[in-house]
Amino acid sequence: MSMFVLMNLTLFGILAATAVTISRLRALYEATMLTALFSLVSASLFVLMDAVDVAFTEAAVGVGISTVLFLGVLALTRSREDVTPRIRQWPARVVVLLAGGMLVYASQDLPRFEGATTPVQVHPVTDVYLRESQDDIGVPNTVTSVLASYRAHDTLGELVVIFTAGVAVLLLLASSPGPGRREEGEGPAELVLADYRVLRVISKLLLPFILLFAFYVLFHGEYGPGGGFQAGVIFAAGFVLYGLVFGVDGARRVLPRPLAWAMIPLGILLYVVLGLAGMLLGGEFLDFQGLRPGDPQAGQHLGILLVETSVGITVAGVMVAVFFSFASRRAAR
Amino acid sequence: MTAELPALQVVIPLLCAPLCLLFRSRTAAWLMFLLAALASLGCAVLMAGQVAGGDMLRYEMGGWEPPVGIEYVIAGFNVPLLLLVSTIAVVVAVYGRRSLESEISSSRIPLLYACLCLNLTGLLGIVSTGDVFNAFVFLEIASLSSYALIAMGKGRRALLAAFQYLVIGTVGAVFILIGVGLTYAVTGSLNMADLAARLPDAYGNRALTAGAVFVFVGFAVKMAVFPLHGWLPDAYAEAPSAVSTFLAATGTKVAIYAFMRFAFTVFGAALVFERLPLDRIGLSLASLAMLVGAAAACFQTDLKYLLAWSSVAHVGYIVAGYSLATVDGVQASYLHLINHAVIKGSLFAAAGILMLRLGSVRLEALSGLGRTMPWTFGAIAVAGLGLVGVPLTAGFVSKWALATALIDEGQGLVLAAMLVSSLLAVVYTGRIIEIGWFREPSGSTAAAGTTPVSMGVATWALVLASLYFGVDPRLPASLADAAASALLGPGGG
Amino acid sequence: MSGSLYVYWLIFALMMIGLYIVISHGNLVKKLIGLNIFQVSVFLLYISFGKVRDGSAPIVKEGIDTYSHPLPHVLILTAIVVGVATTALGLALVVRIFEAYGSLEEDLLHERDAASGVDGPS
Repeated sequence: MSMFVLMNLTLFGILAATAVTISRLRALYEATMLTALFSLVSASLFVLMDAVDVAFTEAAVGVGISTVLFLGVLALTRSREDVTPRIRQWPARVVVLLAGGMLVYASQDLPRFEGATTPVQVHPVTDVYLRESQDDIGVPNTVTSVLASYRAHDTLGELVVIFTAGVAVLLLLASSPGPGRREEGEGPAELVLADYRVLRVISKLLLPFILLFAFYVLFHGEYGPGGGFQAGVIFAAGFVLYGLVFGVDGARRVLPRPLAWAMIPLGILLYVVLGLAGMLLGGEFLDFQGLRPGDPQAGQHLGILLVETSVGITVAGVMVAVFFSFASRRAAR
Repeated sequence: MTAELPALQVVIPLLCAPLCLLFRSRTAAWLMFLLAALASLGCAVLMAGQVAGGDMLRYEMGGWEPPVGIEYVIAGFNVPLLLLVSTIAVVVAVYGRRSLESEISSSRIPLLYACLCLNLTGLLGIVSTGDVFNAFVFLEIASLSSYALIAMGKGRRALLAAFQYLVIGTVGAVFILIGVGLTYAVTGSLNMADLAARLPDAYGNRALTAGAVFVFVGFAVKMAVFPLHGWLPDAYAEAPSAVSTFLAATGTKVAIYAFMRFAFTVFGAALVFERLPLDRIGLSLASLAMLVGAAAACFQTDLKYLLAWSSVAHVGYIVAGYSLATVDGVQASYLHLINHAVIKGSLFAAAGILMLRLGSVRLEALSGLGRTMPWTFGAIAVAGLGLVGVPLTAGFVSKWALATALIDEGQGLVLAAMLVSSLLAVVYTGRIIEIGWFREPSGSTAAAGTTPVSMGVATWALVLASLYFGVDPRLPASLADAAASALLGPGGG
Repeated sequence: MSGSLYVYWLIFALMMIGLYIVISHGNLVKKLIGLNIFQVSVFLLYISFGKVRDGSAPIVKEGIDTYSHPLPHVLILTAIVVGVATTALGLALVVRIFEAYGSLEEDLLHERDAASGVDGPS
């Protein structure tokens, strides 16, 4: 166990050092790269704490998507921060002392880390999720079965959140939703990364594999880490890579704007219709047992698959639309 | 079908949001929002009938029994809010068509209606759910859509207002997440009824206490209770008129409901009001909110900022009511929640009419309004009297209920703050009336065109409602009564 | 008992650094970065509640008996999505604010608002 403790302490140490450095760095590009490092090391910590699905998602989202978005924004705005005036530090110190104090107070009665008899572990749902799910649903990855069946309503909410973000970014940044219209303006220095042969060839080679991997993650999510959300992010990442190298116009030729825009509502509609189907077949909203009459386990399987697919579609659409909204914004003078 | 109402309440507005995006035309998007609002009103009315006798509707999402799955709980404590939110949505849908067309560029209108549908979904979800994490998720749906809606206001200040609301709102949401996490660590459960059953055994637990504090601070941010009210004036004032109307009447109210739900039916009044001194803290902060909000309103030069600061004061009234932790206090609180939503909604709607006709809502532009736009001025005046609490208005009924509840508990200082705040309300309402009635119309901002019928009807519908509830308060009072007894009674979860 | 609290204290320290960055820095992009750090640390807290000693990832396999709890993982998957949605929206607002004001420092933004009067340029 001391190996575990050692790794734990090392990773936390890196995280703390990174966080403090981010605070003190005024150069924002560097701060963004350190944030990516922070997310990556947290993903490693998640693996250490057995949260493999979470680590996968954090790596794809926190290190991948977030970093690209921050860098894109820094390219459009200023990349150095002014010095923080002293006076701002005092309210921050007060809040941090109060909140931190409250947390340390709380830690005295928190259950043992790694304990097997903590309230979380002995609650009846543990048995349902880990053992009964094998009979009721039959999917080895219990995170997927909890996410897509037991707590499918939360996942619907999560999908609506990402949909909201997509709509909001389009509302704020996109000029007009008409197909084929020229957008706000190309960046003055249209990315000339495509001039580099290595980048051009490799990104074209990689794109189909990335998309294939996305489908693999989607379908394999029942047996290993993975699922709809990670799949959608990876799918979008393929087009983001293509867009970074070949420019927004190039990416638009591969994934036309109307198609990307159509993916966004499609996933949510599919999810809601699936839920309503469960209702119409005699169960409650999002009850998948009726999907295959006579075989509730197969019905759950089908329901979970459709849930993951719809999540993947909307997430991919939103990520692509968000990236292109930022990328096609004309850089300010 | 009637058994599925709790789910449909949230699913129908949710379904309308992507449809707004698919249909792309302004009229279709508006129809989708109107449909979402009408459908949710229908569901709310039907469910109100079902729970009228003190029953509780429980709906298991996915067919899984709680706490394995997520459940929706509809009872006396949330049905009034479902009715309120969906009614306001219908009014805003009618009102908003012309208002938004004049304030937002036409290509963005379908996306904006999608955001309105999403905001409605989020609010209804927070109110209906029986799972604490599900409440967090729907809270974020409502919050994210409101950041986007606020940012669509005219002028660049709307962008900054939305960003500052985003930062503090997200910190608040993360505080709620921390609180839920600490509670989860102590009990292993996320279901409100299950928590209510398990928590009394854990009352001395310090992590639980800290968790409760974090949850309440988080909701305090969303409610804009003093001193966490900083985001509200800019956000409400800079947003498009229809958005201000909707948010002012629903946003903080739903957050207040969530606070009460968590305080009374999850953590339990015994923990929150007896072990933690939340009653004293609540009353003190409420008094400060009443005074600061009303005082700041007196100094404003812009009508919407004035109304926003007045909202800060009124949140104080509502918080004072339930901090008493008595049935009368909670009933007064709930009653004022409903009445204030109607009154403030009508005022922001009237401000939107002014924005359309005059192009400005600065107080100086209102000179002589009584002569140039008598109907709108009349609406503002009548609703303003409701804010003060003049007899025959809804404001009087709820302030009276609050005052009696405070007297019963011997809270003289809070009562004094309430009276001072009401006097200040006379000052700022009086200012508006004085400018509108006793001054000559200034030539620079002449009223252009005519008020659209939809906007006028919607505004006056709310004003008349506030008058009706002032004269015959049986409907809101009985709803508030049922809510209070459901919250404080046994088996509230 | 206190030996097992070190993990929680480390996580709380990270949370507080993130919160400090959000409140004390005036640059809008830095605030969003701080918000990210704050949120990721809260995720670590939730995951730490689910971990079981000598457990494995909650993917049921022949021969493994102890699993870490899947519920915190599910909650955090949702929370990560919420976090990135907030970040994306915040960054979109940052881009618009920069185009409208020419600066991303909060104090400068307030100054420019005050200077341009109550109504301000659109």
